[in-house]
Amino acid sequence: MIDFLLNHPVGIVILTFMKALALLVPLLIGVAYLTYAERKVLAAMQLRKGPNVVGPFGLLQPFADALKMIMKETIIPSGSNRLLFLLAPMLTFGLAMLAWAVIPVNDGWAIADINVGILYLFAISSLGVYGIIIAGWASNSKYAFLGAMRSAAQMVSYEVSMGFVLVSVLLCVGSLNLTDVVRAQTTVWFAIPLFPMFIIFFISALAETNRSPFDLPEGESEIVAGFFVEYSSMSFALFFLGEYANMILMSAMTTILFLGGWLAPFGIEPFTWIPGPIWFILKICFCLFVFLWVRATFPRYRYDQLMRLGWKVFLPFSLAWLVLTAGALLAFGWLPDV
Amino acid sequence: MIPTILFYLFAAVLIVSAAMVVSARNPVHSVLFLILAFFNAAALFLIAGAEFLAMILVIVYVGAVAVLFLFVVMMLDVDFAQLRGGFQRYLPVGAAVGVVLFVELAAVLGGWKLAPDTKALRMSPMPDGMTNTEALGRILYTDYVLLFQIAGLVLLVAMIGAIVLTLRDRQTSRHQSIRVQTERTVAETLEMMSVGIGVGVKETGILRPKPPEIKEEAHAPAEHHHGH
Repeated sequence: MIDFLLNHPVGIVILTFMKALALLVPLLIGVAYLTYAERKVLAAMQLRKGPNVVGPFGLLQPFADALKMIMKETIIPSGSNRLLFLLAPMLTFGLAMLAWAVIPVNDGWAIADINVGILYLFAISSLGVYGIIIAGWASNSKYAFLGAMRSAAQMVSYEVSMGFVLVSVLLCVGSLNLTDVVRAQTTVWFAIPLFPMFIIFFISALAETNRSPFDLPEGESEIVAGFFVEYSSMSFALFFLGEYANMILMSAMTTILFLGGWLAPFGIEPFTWIPGPIWFILKICFCLFVFLWVRATFPRYRYDQLMRLGWKVFLPFSLAWLVLTAGALLAFGWLPDV
Repeated sequence: MIPTILFYLFAAVLIVSAAMVVSARNPVHSVLFLILAFFNAAALFLIAGAEFLAMILVIVYVGAVAVLFLFVVMMLDVDFAQLRGGFQRYLPVGAAVGVVLFVELAAVLGGWKLAPDTKALRMSPMPDGMTNTEALGRILYTDYVLLFQIAGLVLLVAMIGAIVLTLRDRQTSRHQSIRVQTERTVAETLEMMSVGIGVGVKETGILRPKPPEIKEEAHAPAEHHHGH
């Protein structure tokens, strides 16, 4: 049986499917409970109770919401481009799932341990913009189109500085493989030597996932709900799930690149008793909590300020820090052996 | 076996979507088919073992260039019926060009023979035990660093040229100064006053920012331009 799974072509396909299911099912449950956590955290920060009716402590609320979404009617606007209108939410959701193929949960626990892992993640996250643009255009609605335009400009802008952050991490690692990135942090997590890049990466992640304070593409006070204003029922739910899955993905990327992935803090005794995947999940939860904390704290950016931050602050700063990192590595002989 | 099936799958989708790029009625659909074509090309690179090129193709062309394409095409106000109207008229010329090109390509490729020692003559053969990211890096940044830098400079010149062409004068457009905005205080922006009935508020000068001063000669051509 095991021989069949590992060596026969059909067996390899079946094994890959099983691996994908083992990753995606917990991920989707995580997405469901992230929506619950968001409502609870925001409620606590605003001195409210949050969902507390369905199930004990409101724990069944996500499933009640999902059921409600499935029961509703899918409305397709008459002037819309039917095929693209339905394709857009699937694309958003699918891409958010696709990126998880290369994420190492523990040493060697990645579905595809490819040697261009970081580039793959960067490529997939840069594709997320298509779901939004297509949704905005296919809806044939002015608000949706405005939201899509905003989102396209925003995501393209923040990708540039994000790329420089990735390059400076790569310089310290000497490999594009995500497992190697984590292994390189055994002595010190990159969040410490590359602290400014860590901050820039996290803020760019907020902008990349269209989360507040950069949630201008949906900006409900100006353009109703932006790109998904025409969506209802499951097509809306897929956007919603995609956004939350992207939040988890960005937190996982932050964890892998800067917070040492599955490594225990300081690598000393009481911490190393807890297995790696648990540390990985705990670190993701911390990043997600910061996502929610930011949402409860900061007002929305003005659009011109958003563009200024991306192009005039982050881009020159990350470029300068990249040159500085490369110079320091070369000057002190810290360049990794390739 | 699986790579062969995948190769034919991706190659077929690539050719069909490339054909759809030129034949789709809606320009937005054309761009989306172009994106699909890029994707399948990236997949073919992957099958050929060039994973770095595959990822770069997706990041640069799909993630950046095609987004801008789509951005522009969506903003266009195109009359699709009119666009299709010229089809009949241009069909003979287009078909003639296509046939000539096809015949020429067939003539060249049909008589193509590889010299027997071509493989040994390669300038930079793929080194053993090295990922192709590293191999490309060696070639670009170690062997041919000067040429690479010159290519970068040429692109820089093109970029500066584009910026110079689109740079407008600062007098006719409003500009914000973040420093001025963040340094505003309550004292210079707000004033509490008790207004009598039927009297109204006189202009105090601090209630709203003044529009930028526009010189007459700079303003006139801008107005003229708007007239078109």
